[in-house]
Amino acid sequence: MWFLCVFYHRLLDFRKPEVEALAELFGEDESLLQWRLPEHHHNDTPFHFVHLSSEEIARNIAKRSILVKGMYELWGQGSSYEELKDSIQTFPDSRKLPFLAPDSTFRISVETFGKALTFDEQRERINSLTYIPFQGKVNLKKPDHKFFIIEMDESEENNGLQPILQRRIFFGREVGFADRKLLPTFQLKSRTYLGPTAMDAEMAFLMANQAKATSGKLVYDPFVGTGSILVSAARFGAMTMGADIDIRVVRDGRGPDCNVWSNFKQYGLPMPVALLRMDNNLPPWRSGLKEIFDAIICDPPYGVRAGGRKSGGRKILRGTVDPYTVPEDKRSDHIPSTGAYSLVECVHDLLHLAARMLVMKGRLVFFFPVLRDENGSEVKFPEHPCFKLVAVSEQILSSRYSRVLLTMVKVEPYSEEVEEAARLMHLEFRENHLKWLEEGNIHSSVFKPSDSCQVHTDTKSFKDPKPKYRGKYV
Amino acid sequence: MRLITHNMLSCNIKGVANGFPLKIEAESVIEKEVDFNPDFLRHMFAKIEWKALVEAARSLGYSELPEDSPAAAAEDESLLKKLHHALLELHLEEGALVCPETGRRFPVTRGIPNMLLHEDEV
Ligand SMILES: C[S@@+](CC[C@H](N)C(=O)[O-])C[C@H]1O[C@@H](n2cnc3c(N)ncnc32)[C@H](O)[C@@H]1O
Repeated sequence: MWFLCVFYHRLLDFRKPEVEALAELFGEDESLLQWRLPEHHHNDTPFHFVHLSSEEIARNIAKRSILVKGMYELWGQGSSYEELKDSIQTFPDSRKLPFLAPDSTFRISVETFGKALTFDEQRERINSLTYIPFQGKVNLKKPDHKFFIIEMDESEENNGLQPILQRRIFFGREVGFADRKLLPTFQLKSRTYLGPTAMDAEMAFLMANQAKATSGKLVYDPFVGTGSILVSAARFGAMTMGADIDIRVVRDGRGPDCNVWSNFKQYGLPMPVALLRMDNNLPPWRSGLKEIFDAIICDPPYGVRAGGRKSGGRKILRGTVDPYTVPEDKRSDHIPSTGAYSLVECVHDLLHLAARMLVMKGRLVFFFPVLRDENGSEVKFPEHPCFKLVAVSEQILSSRYSRVLLTMVKVEPYSEEVEEAARLMHLEFRENHLKWLEEGNIHSSVFKPSDSCQVHTDTKSFKDPKPKYRGKYV
Repeated sequence: MRLITHNMLSCNIKGVANGFPLKIEAESVIEKEVDFNPDFLRHMFAKIEWKALVEAARSLGYSELPEDSPAAAAEDESLLKKLHHALLELHLEEGALVCPETGRRFPVTRGIPNMLLHEDEV
């Protein structure tokens, strides 16, 4: 069954992956899902056709999604209202009549993209649909069936998209839409305990969706910070667990009512199953423990703001062979010094952790910094033999830097042989990365707080080499 | 700290071979009711080191778990309830986890185990 999937015009790279992840979550057969573009549309258009096996799956996806404005059963389309009429009239009656019955209520709305219509213009368009035999009663507030006329012009100035060659009009019945009411409720502004790198609510929900967080699943964040990513996973019903190297962040917060726990309590969400202080470079998981987490979601510590630390710093800094020994009398409240944690090492540890601790088909979802390529050179993402990369979503942060949300699925069980293959892949990645680092110290500049509004306004002020097309900034 | 966490952790000081299970020194233990989720428990049951859990529960004052790992726990509702209580509802608020091999104490304060190693332990 084909549906018209209309997206919000933002975070363009995140939109299809979200639908794909949710389709899987709701049991869609992977091989059935397909995408198609309306004629003359570019991939960044808000309008896409998606093939799903049932209306129920389409509804569930839309309801749970953040970026789907609406899913519609398409009754017709055209480049003019005459064409639309022909198209709707050829849509089979058997599909139409059940929604036009006399004992039902309905509403027709007009949506536009990149243009505004006056009230009269809207009414005129609605009235032109007299050829559809509506028998039900109009109910604007709570109709049984919602119909939409969606109109988009050929002009490209207003919407920042690449030009579309032709005007397009769609008519369809709404099947489901995103519940963006979540966003004001969970916005960081209202969060009691906040840190400089707390993940903004919209992105945190997108990450939880990529991870297919749901009831009965256990989701782990090894760099939990203030817990903002786990909050979104818990909102979707998952059990959560988090660790951080910084005890002030993970345990103390700003007092008894302002800490990671209180961020869950604030929304009436179940508390994390555990919060721990540990170093993800040397995690204390018992050796026999495997395949316990259903998903690992995180924003790893790259860069200065939330610089990665790992234990054993003094030893590294001094470069001595003799181990530094903590005096007996200082041991109990000793705060271990920590050394710098490079991006390469951090990613290695994360993949290793995920390979061992994720269940089969479990998902690893994390951000990775990239330098925006001007000459089209391809970015090398970290790889691991246990994982298949299923989604790459770029969020542009400035004229030079982006961060990319990577979604990986565990497709191979962890074993000794895998370990060796992983080591080789890691060495290659490391070498590539070091070469690339010479061109600019990326991981010290990329990671800033991820407030999308801020990113949005930022992008207006800097000079982009291609100012006309700003698709990915939204 | 819940016992599910205890069941996952070991002492990972360099050179330690038998860092599991950590002994529990309990100073303050509290109970908090948590929603019962049988699917989650079934998944966890397969991963749990049973003996370590029985032992740990006992050190927090709960001795209702059978000594030997039950064969058909997944179908046994009353057993799942006990497992639920032991894994998720008992909390070690204050105390320590102690390495069985070296005696190293990992403090637990306000429910958070501090598993970070000292410089000379890594
Ligand atoms: C980018 S922040 C993540 C913030 C988090 N998403 C939040 O909601 O606040 C990275 C976190 O990783 C922690 N961290 C740095 N190095 C670490 C390590 N080696 N092991 C575990 N956590 C580490 C930092 O203390 C910081 O809280």
